[in-house]
Amino acid sequence: MLSQDLNTILPEIILSLFAMGAMLGAVYTVKDKAATLLVWITSGLFVALAFWIGTAGEGTTTAFSGMFVDDAFSRFAKVTILLTAAAVLIMSQEYMAKRDLLRFEYPILIALSVVGMMMMVSAGDLMSLYMGLELQSLALYVVASLRRDSVKSTEAGLKYFVLGALSSGLLLYGASLTYGFAGTTAFTGIIEATSDGVSLGLLFGLVFMSAGFAFKVSAAPFHMWTPDVYEGSPTPVTAFFATAPKVAAMGLFARVMHDAFGNSISDWQQIVAFLSVVSMFLGAIAAIGQTDIKRLMAYSSIAHMGFALMGLASGTAFGVQAMLVYLAIYVAMNIGTFAFILSMQKDGVPVTNIASLNMYSKREPVKALAMLILLFSLAGVPPMLGFFGKFYVLQAAYEAGLAWLAVAGVVASVIGAFYYLRVVFFMYFGAQQDEELDRSASPVLWGFLVASAAVMILGVVNLFGIEPLAEAASLALVN
Amino acid sequence: MDNLLSITTFIPAIAAAILALFLRGDDEAAQRNAKWVAMAATAMTFLVSLFILFGFDRENTDFQFVEERTWIMGFTYKMGIDGISILFVMLTTFLMPIVIASCWTVNTRVKEYMIAFLLLETLMLGVFMALDLVLFYLFFEAGLIPMFLIIGIWGGANRIYASFKFFLYTFLGSVLMLVAMVGMYSAAGTTDIPSLMGFPFGTDTFSILGIQIIGGMQTLLWLAFFASFAVKMPMWPVHTWLPDAHVQAPTAGSVVLAAILLKMGGYGFLRFSLPMFPVGSEVMGSLVLWMSAIAIVYTSLVALVQEDMKKLIAYSSVAHMGFVTMGIFTFNQQGLDGAIFQMLSHGFISGALFLCVGVIYDRMHTREIDAYGGLVNRMPAYALIFMFFTMANVGLPGTSGFVGEFLTLMAVFQVNTWVAAVATTGVIFSAAYALWLYRRVVMGDLIKESLKSITDMTARERWIFAPLVIMTLLLGIYPSLVTDIIGPSVAALVDQVETAQAAFTPSAASVASH
Repeated sequence: MLSQDLNTILPEIILSLFAMGAMLGAVYTVKDKAATLLVWITSGLFVALAFWIGTAGEGTTTAFSGMFVDDAFSRFAKVTILLTAAAVLIMSQEYMAKRDLLRFEYPILIALSVVGMMMMVSAGDLMSLYMGLELQSLALYVVASLRRDSVKSTEAGLKYFVLGALSSGLLLYGASLTYGFAGTTAFTGIIEATSDGVSLGLLFGLVFMSAGFAFKVSAAPFHMWTPDVYEGSPTPVTAFFATAPKVAAMGLFARVMHDAFGNSISDWQQIVAFLSVVSMFLGAIAAIGQTDIKRLMAYSSIAHMGFALMGLASGTAFGVQAMLVYLAIYVAMNIGTFAFILSMQKDGVPVTNIASLNMYSKREPVKALAMLILLFSLAGVPPMLGFFGKFYVLQAAYEAGLAWLAVAGVVASVIGAFYYLRVVFFMYFGAQQDEELDRSASPVLWGFLVASAAVMILGVVNLFGIEPLAEAASLALVN
Repeated sequence: MDNLLSITTFIPAIAAAILALFLRGDDEAAQRNAKWVAMAATAMTFLVSLFILFGFDRENTDFQFVEERTWIMGFTYKMGIDGISILFVMLTTFLMPIVIASCWTVNTRVKEYMIAFLLLETLMLGVFMALDLVLFYLFFEAGLIPMFLIIGIWGGANRIYASFKFFLYTFLGSVLMLVAMVGMYSAAGTTDIPSLMGFPFGTDTFSILGIQIIGGMQTLLWLAFFASFAVKMPMWPVHTWLPDAHVQAPTAGSVVLAAILLKMGGYGFLRFSLPMFPVGSEVMGSLVLWMSAIAIVYTSLVALVQEDMKKLIAYSSVAHMGFVTMGIFTFNQQGLDGAIFQMLSHGFISGALFLCVGVIYDRMHTREIDAYGGLVNRMPAYALIFMFFTMANVGLPGTSGFVGEFLTLMAVFQVNTWVAAVATTGVIFSAAYALWLYRRVVMGDLIKESLKSITDMTARERWIFAPLVIMTLLLGIYPSLVTDIIGPSVAALVDQVETAQAAFTPSAASVASH
């Protein structure tokens, strides 16, 4: 029995052992000199694990009496998380090495947070849920303040920690209420306890837990930390925040809502729909005045999470499928966008001011064009992939009877289009300026940027076949 | 030739890809190469599209040259044309070589300019050929991107404002259509346009927030599509983006905008609103008629007081599009024939008028009417051509402008005499503003010092106008050329709409049951 359990959770065990081994090895030997090597090994391991999980068997297996679930849903989320983390790690290597930020702890902390994320999407119990969530969060708090001599970075880490702790508290409070009223922490037990309606205590538990999740996915009105943390953290870390943890947190959100509270969809549907509509509008409106591209992307991610929540709010299997497709497309867009932001520098110093992009298209037409494609994709303009993500969630919401949410979503997307166009405006129509950004010649970043833009265009043909995978994943979650 | 339509559509896109990937440098040779590649591609597209025209069976009212492949999410890649769309395809392929020829003197970022126009042609052709809802939306929306860049990069002094306004206005209109499309997909389970045309979308009256929606679902869907097409057309009162966009766009951009992009709205009404929501169309029909009449009179009056030539022509475009919407929502054969005819004819005439402005703008770099006067003394050929198109714009019998206006007015007279009476005054106003513009720019003595050395049109410029003059005359003298092609399909459409509307009675019973 135990060997079977261990076998199910083997990828997580391997990654944890790797992280600990690498930590010990590096501490006792060469320390930061091994950092570059460690980055490559870690991302290699991520890709290998993603490949393994992706090709591993079908069906659903549980381990440790239901604490850990390995199903199509968790596999889809894990592959997305692992590949994203690998991409972000590779992108950050050069940037961090140049600025003397590349500590050997960085890849190890990322690896640990990825273990946490894998636990999150596989959680079948409130205990394992919290374990995964905290492992992920604690690793990220440290990573946020990686630039030890910068006040902003330290501030970002501290803010993230304090607010994160608060949200964990809310979540834990909700979990304890749920435990108290359902008499069990297992999702299978909770769903049985709610088979004939949700008691008031459970409802409170549900609300508090939703608040905790909303914080983790940075949905309004629990988004306040996002712009500051995004701005203060080193850019590679921001890139990481904007991608993998979002997938994990949305995955966790969906899992709890469907696996534990799948009998009371009408109770949480309004909560999620509210989070969705507020996030979409806040993300769209608050971003208009931003001059810093990292803050802009923070608000953009809030708006995008609003759209992903729209899929979840529909409360159907198709809604989960829409959410997963949306997240996969969102991550692919953000990797490219952050590859571009990472390459923005002047005299070797990173620049994040949008106005510095003035007439960028004249100097670097290829990169500007790739960024143009990504921006229109982020805005959801066809024929880019971002449009299909939007179509998916709109359809899910409409079919679930949330037509008002769909209309609100498209109106928000028009408002949001304005600030993406503003970046295009600087790159293509702006005034000529004397102080130009460096022509950075990082082939890695260039490759990620162009590849991501190409994906946005070529994906129109068949979405790279993620549809059936997402469908299988959603059917595993929603019965 | 199983995929003739796809070939036609994607020739320009392939040429754009070739330009983007293989053309290096920005010297004079590279610029010339870019222009010639674009010219060759658009000319080739036109030649290929002639196969469509000659292979088209006029008697057949079904979709022809249909291609179908499976796609994602249950959509299909389906292309096809019928009597309504074929002439829009021809209009596009016919005008694009002229557009490319008209930007021969451009010398900033020529490669990108050509790529933008080539991509735009692919997207415009796709709009007129798509037989899948989502595919249509894809082409329809994607066209905003190159146009946004054309206005924003190569436009005039106030181009930023104009390009943002253009993009956001049209984007807002179309996203509502997107939600309606999602709703149609959910209701009918398919995005196939021919199947949706026969699909009975609900007509039971219900109320939202206490407001009774007569015609129910159909009216709501109709309104969502209307939001998109009315902005695109553009109809009064959502036309305000057009004068801005026209004034700031470069000449070639204005030509494409006026001659082809505006037609997408009218085409949308014919392809979606009428056949799919006949009841919704009937419920809202008289409102559209009155909006059109107001548009014709109001924008004609606004055109009278313009100081800027392009703005004047832009307002005249809005007025002429008013005849189109008026014709469409009479739901009878003359009205629909007239609307399509008016759109085609407006494509040639307004395109030519913007080119006329471009000719003198290239020389004097101003569009102010006051900066000109007496051009006839130094530019006789220009005066002749400008006069010809001014007359066509006014709707002089013998030019194509007359046929469309006459047919639509005749149709609306049968349906609503008052609308016809109001709209007819617009014809007089159009003569007033067009002739007055002509007088102020071309007639009189040449007293302005700056104009003393202005030169007449070059051979290239004359050749650009030749095909437009021919088409305007040909359609004016022999309108059956068009009506024979569109007639059977329009008749089928009118039949279908009438049958569906006759079956609908907003009875008290259906109100009570909800």
